[in-house]
Amino acid sequence: MKQFLSFVKKEFHHILRDKRTMFILLGMPVMQILIFGFALTNEVKNSRIAVLDNANDIASTAIRSELNASRYFDIAADLHSYRDIEEAFREGKIKLVVVFPQQFNNDLQHFNTAQVQLVADASDPNVATTLVNYATSIIKDYQSRITGDRRLPYTIDTEMRMLYNPQLKGAYNFVPGVMALVLMLVCTMMTAITIVREKEMGTMEVMLVSPVRPLKIIVAKAVPYLLLSMINITTILLLSVFVLDVPINGSLLLLIGESVLFTLTTLSLGLLISSATNSQQTAMFISLTGLFLPTVLLSGFMFPIENMPLPLRIISHLVPARWYYEIARSVMIKGLGLGAIWKETLILAGMTLFFLVLSIRKFKIRLA
Amino acid sequence: MSSDYIITAEHLTKKFGDFKAVDDITFNVHKGEIFGFLGANGAGKTTAMRMLCGLSIPTEGKATVAGFDVYRQTEDIKKNIGYMSQKFSLYEDLTIRENIRFYAGIYGKSNAFIKEKTARLLKQLHLEQEANKLVGSLPLGWKQKLAFSVAIFHEPQIVFLDEPTGGVDPVTRREFWNMIYEAAEVGITVFVTTHYMDEAEYCDRISIMVDGRVEALGSPGELKRSMNAASMDEVFLKLARKATRSAD
Repeated sequence: MKQFLSFVKKEFHHILRDKRTMFILLGMPVMQILIFGFALTNEVKNSRIAVLDNANDIASTAIRSELNASRYFDIAADLHSYRDIEEAFREGKIKLVVVFPQQFNNDLQHFNTAQVQLVADASDPNVATTLVNYATSIIKDYQSRITGDRRLPYTIDTEMRMLYNPQLKGAYNFVPGVMALVLMLVCTMMTAITIVREKEMGTMEVMLVSPVRPLKIIVAKAVPYLLLSMINITTILLLSVFVLDVPINGSLLLLIGESVLFTLTTLSLGLLISSATNSQQTAMFISLTGLFLPTVLLSGFMFPIENMPLPLRIISHLVPARWYYEIARSVMIKGLGLGAIWKETLILAGMTLFFLVLSIRKFKIRLA
Repeated sequence: MSSDYIITAEHLTKKFGDFKAVDDITFNVHKGEIFGFLGANGAGKTTAMRMLCGLSIPTEGKATVAGFDVYRQTEDIKKNIGYMSQKFSLYEDLTIRENIRFYAGIYGKSNAFIKEKTARLLKQLHLEQEANKLVGSLPLGWKQKLAFSVAIFHEPQIVFLDEPTGGVDPVTRREFWNMIYEAAEVGITVFVTTHYMDEAEYCDRISIMVDGRVEALGSPGELKRSMNAASMDEVFLKLARKATRSAD
């Protein structure tokens, strides 16, 4: 026990002495939450749009002013001919053009059907889709209001309810994603690097010649990073609740327990990397390209897994962050209990065990 | 086997696949002796030393260190030896005092022991003023001396030194050897590998390895006489020329 404590104390000295690294480790989650929460949002607000109103009647003006009133759109220009549309897009400021045909109100009143054309700048397809959806729903709103008293024989109303995240806030997705990302970086990369550093410096050899058991060395290395991760998780949760207004709907205890589990997964991955490499650069390179990128790209946090081609979907099963992301989202946003996430939990636990056994075996082989 | 021997090796062999890194070596080291372990790069010195330290299991042969078997009692061996490698092995971002505490701590020494002995050691090395400075700020020679003191801090029976004076100036090397003598005087057996032939002269007995075998064993004087050489340099060159393996 005394051996173990000397070890843990030493690890803390390493971390606390290296002010720059510590600042990065503790500051990174704050930065990421703020960046993802505020800047990198895929919500669309105050997009500049243009209107080509060939009708200029009651209906078109009404829709026009409703679009302008919504917080999604700002009407930045009024166009006068179809040729202007192309030009407006070329300038790059306009994201969407709404075109009303001549006789718009007339058509609506007499034929019960009228067409509005939405022309979107699809060079950014995500934004284009979102804008078209917003505009469509505003126009539909208008339509249902004017037809409210005049019941049509056959109409299908689709009523949408956005469960769990009624305001469609991006932060709801980002917070669990950032948690996965930060844990991955802090635990995996840092443990891998600090162990490999001891190999590079030759201190690992001295330790192996001492009576300390290798397992103790490894566990002692992991303890400070586990603690650091807990601090990071706390910061992220506090920031997301109080700054980004993302609620924690489920059990906080469960969320923290699952986060500890994921931390252990990432720590054991770090160990595995460190037992397979001999230089800090290699360890860093593997951590970044082998783990960071898959975490961002394949965990479902940036891009929905359902939309990926089959091979990528299969690979995504191997990314630990994917499972943690599922868990964190289920607990935090949907407020689900352990019953709903036991499968993911089991997978993470299994991965952790697998990585640990593998790295300890590798460690032993190196000694033989 | 005489009880006077603290290290015994009989027909010790280590193979990596078909390659015999250490090929059937037999030697004994007396208690309190300074035993020089010489050989060109790739001759098998490090592999042999790793087996004696319990870091590597031999393929064949027998060996005991401090009376413990290198196959089954590696844990006991580790408690009774100190080790310092050619790679400098203190933590640069820890202070002198913290380094001492840490290494003493992993050998399970009591706080009272550590405190008392640290004070004595710092005084001996004239490092009292620097005790709370980071090791990284010390000159290399001091680091090396400190590393040696740390390696024998827990009062082991044997200390293994793997090219301890690499890259150090002659004056510091001389001082370093004085420390080795002092350690030997209090009964610590010193097992040292080196490239410097003048250092070989300081040893009580030396063995010279060529291609995984011990080609010569004896006191420096005996070796020079039997090889008909004027200096250890000559002895070494005569033997090393027989090597067929290239350095790794």
